[in-house]
Amino acid sequence: MTDLGTSPDEVQFRFRDDEPADHGTVTVDACCDQTNATAVRIEPGDDARALLPFLDRLAMVEVNFPTFGDGRGYSSARILREAGYTGELRAVGDVGIDQLSHMRRCGFDAFAPDKPLNVADAERAFATWDNVYQRTTDGRKTIQELRHE
Amino acid sequence: MYKYDSYDQAMVDARVDEFRDQARRRLDGSLTEDEFKPLRLMNGLYLQLHAYMLRVAIPYGTLNSVQMTALANIADKYDRGYGHFTTRQNLQYNWIKLEDAADILADLAKVEMHAIQTSGNCIRNISSDHFAGAAHDELVDPRPYAELLRQWSSFHPEFTYLPRKFKIAVIAAEKDRAAMRLHDIGIQIVEKDGEIGAAFYVGGGMGRTPMIAPLIRDFVPLDQLITYAEACLRVYNRYGRRDNKYKARIKILVHELGKEEYKRQVEEEFAHMLEQGVEPPREELERIKPFFADPAFEDGAKSVDRSDPDFALWVDRNTHRHKHDSYVSAVISLKPVGGIPGDATGDQMRLMADLAKQYSFDELRIMHTQNVVLPHVKIADLHALWTALDAAGLGAPNMDSIEDMIACPGLDYCALANARSIPLAQRISERFDASGKTGKLGELKLKISGCINACGHHHAGHIGILGVDRKGVENYQLSLGGSEAEDVSLAKITGPGFTEDGVIEAVETVTDVYLAKREGEERFLDTYRRIGMAPFKEALYD
Amino acid sequence: MKVLTGNDLKTGDVIWWTGSSWSRHVDDAADAGETADEVLATEEAARRVNVPYVIEATREADGSVRPAHIKDRVRALGPTVRPDLTLKPKDPEALDWII
Ligand code: HEM
Ligand code: SF4
Repeated sequence: MTDLGTSPDEVQFRFRDDEPADHGTVTVDACCDQTNATAVRIEPGDDARALLPFLDRLAMVEVNFPTFGDGRGYSSARILREAGYTGELRAVGDVGIDQLSHMRRCGFDAFAPDKPLNVADAERAFATWDNVYQRTTDGRKTIQELRHE
Repeated sequence: MYKYDSYDQAMVDARVDEFRDQARRRLDGSLTEDEFKPLRLMNGLYLQLHAYMLRVAIPYGTLNSVQMTALANIADKYDRGYGHFTTRQNLQYNWIKLEDAADILADLAKVEMHAIQTSGNCIRNISSDHFAGAAHDELVDPRPYAELLRQWSSFHPEFTYLPRKFKIAVIAAEKDRAAMRLHDIGIQIVEKDGEIGAAFYVGGGMGRTPMIAPLIRDFVPLDQLITYAEACLRVYNRYGRRDNKYKARIKILVHELGKEEYKRQVEEEFAHMLEQGVEPPREELERIKPFFADPAFEDGAKSVDRSDPDFALWVDRNTHRHKHDSYVSAVISLKPVGGIPGDATGDQMRLMADLAKQYSFDELRIMHTQNVVLPHVKIADLHALWTALDAAGLGAPNMDSIEDMIACPGLDYCALANARSIPLAQRISERFDASGKTGKLGELKLKISGCINACGHHHAGHIGILGVDRKGVENYQLSLGGSEAEDVSLAKITGPGFTEDGVIEAVETVTDVYLAKREGEERFLDTYRRIGMAPFKEALYD
Repeated sequence: MKVLTGNDLKTGDVIWWTGSSWSRHVDDAADAGETADEVLATEEAARRVNVPYVIEATREADGSVRPAHIKDRVRALGPTVRPDLTLKPKDPEALDWII
């Protein structure tokens, strides 16, 4: 088991009330092999669907963005939420102000950026869109739905 | 034409504020250029050879006179009095200041325009048939579907950091006037057993590895259109290559996986997506459609007085058959002899706007061939329209002729260029106009790119020219036999490259071969396809 | 000689390092010699230049500076197809210098 040693105090923004998981994460491969891991880390090349059989026992999934331009983590996040995962979904790595609102919409509810972000800028970023065009797992009604209520 | 409601307007306004904030953070140093670049690109702002360049989206190429006037005013106020219409139905300004960019975006937002996603590795401006809603041969107007896709693709949270740029075109006629199969996704609205649906072609593109998109699904029901697109994109976002930017387009994924395997993955994702309810409600399409309803056409003259030969020539060359027999679509050529393809001054834009108001139900279109269309002109008004255009230098009767070439900005403006494209275009049009050969050649699509990125569509030219760098000197490769239309094909290189003078001679030579060998009504492309490369090569190199 | 160039952050103007500041005229460019990398780093950090880089150029007999690559000559003067928008709109010969 590889302990990547992420500790919860690196989380800068969190949109959950439960206690943060404070144990280290394992890789996706390790998670599939071991039955007791409750926190896992997804790298961009990992198949998030490999985790689907284990969602019940997972309390935290960390999705790594080695560079913000690698957008595979957005798909990973949505796939997990679409499959009903309700635990913490944490974006880690090269996470900047300008990615926050999209990440939130894809189901991330915790953010542990490599470089701490300016809090005022981040708050503005989270609130960027009053309404949205696409249905995602954030549960918001889309503009198209609002138009036809 | 589509009109924003308060939701659409709020989205665009929010984006202006967001960008203003980003530009502020760049100017005050909170953002480095590396951090800012992808953000400005997502708002169409490049750093080019001479200044910043701003690319404004013209969704599916449709705009009204107020919008065209706003574009003219921006050209005059913030740029140097002109803009460049591109093959992607966009407009580019070449001399923009970063400190003005947010104000320009705000001016655009006032007329329901923006520069959102005109660059960056996201879903770009959706392009379409420039005769949409006017052409006699279309099944339906493709633009409501393009508008549905525009909304879906705007600020899509999952698809903003794709492996590479992503371009979608939508058409609804058998005749392809939008280079549909050279897009990442080409959608053709089709009819099957009395139902309307969408055929998806995925994995086309130009650039350094040109590919023609294969058909992935021949019929997607309209109430699953967005869901299917979403499935295509998700497979690409997850599995498109990110290790090499030159292999990152979806065409490489489709090619490497094979069409069948890609399709299998998409279908699997699609089945899953159908359960997620991502499709907008069906009423949304019904809400959008009336915006594109026919204007109130009136019966009138069905033919013109041909006594003025210049006018008659323009009518023959630059008008397109309309679905109403008292109307035509009129093409305003931005290819005056010796001019810069696609450039229009602020004054010309304002004039085109006025003429659209007067003669075309307030509508204009941008063509991928860098011209402008007035889609609905009464045949009875054609002479008055032509007179006004001609007086403003906009009356060149050269649509689809060799003088109607596409040329990218090339080394005169573009930081990626190897060679200049525009001077070639200028010299070729001057030469063919002077010799009177243009008319004899008929339809001949010449396309010029200043580098392998192929913004000038050279792979799809009946004759294509590609600028290369040969030990620091501009050099040009010639290719023959491409087409972006329904008879789509990729051009083949003739052989060793030429100097600037040499390539102009070479164009002369291949057109001579064509004139000598053509049979009947054959176009250049038809003759090439029949006789092959050998006779052309022989004339060029022996 | 080695010349430093880039764009003005605010205006996007093409600029050249004169040894102590930035000029829009390539002929003002100084040989940056060994200091090039250091100057680039400080000037970029101070936001006095955006996306700077080093190019090869030669100082001609008349004191003018000629960048080695055509791309930088286009940048130095302006688009060859719009002489009216170049830095030398009144000088028809200027374009020959680019090519
Ligand atoms: C001047 C600034 C421009 C830059 C920096 C630029 C950059 C690029 C690059 C890098 C590609 C290759 C993409 C790839 O193969 O992955 C490309 C393709 C393309 N660009 Fe541009 N371009 C510019 C201007 C234009 C203009 C003015 C037009 C329209 C006339 C245009 C239309 C296109 C088209 C149609 C393609 C081919 C799309 C494809 O590969 O499928 N671009 N551009
Ligand atoms: S083809 Fe090359 S030179 Fe021409 S605009 Fe595109 S990137 Fe620039």
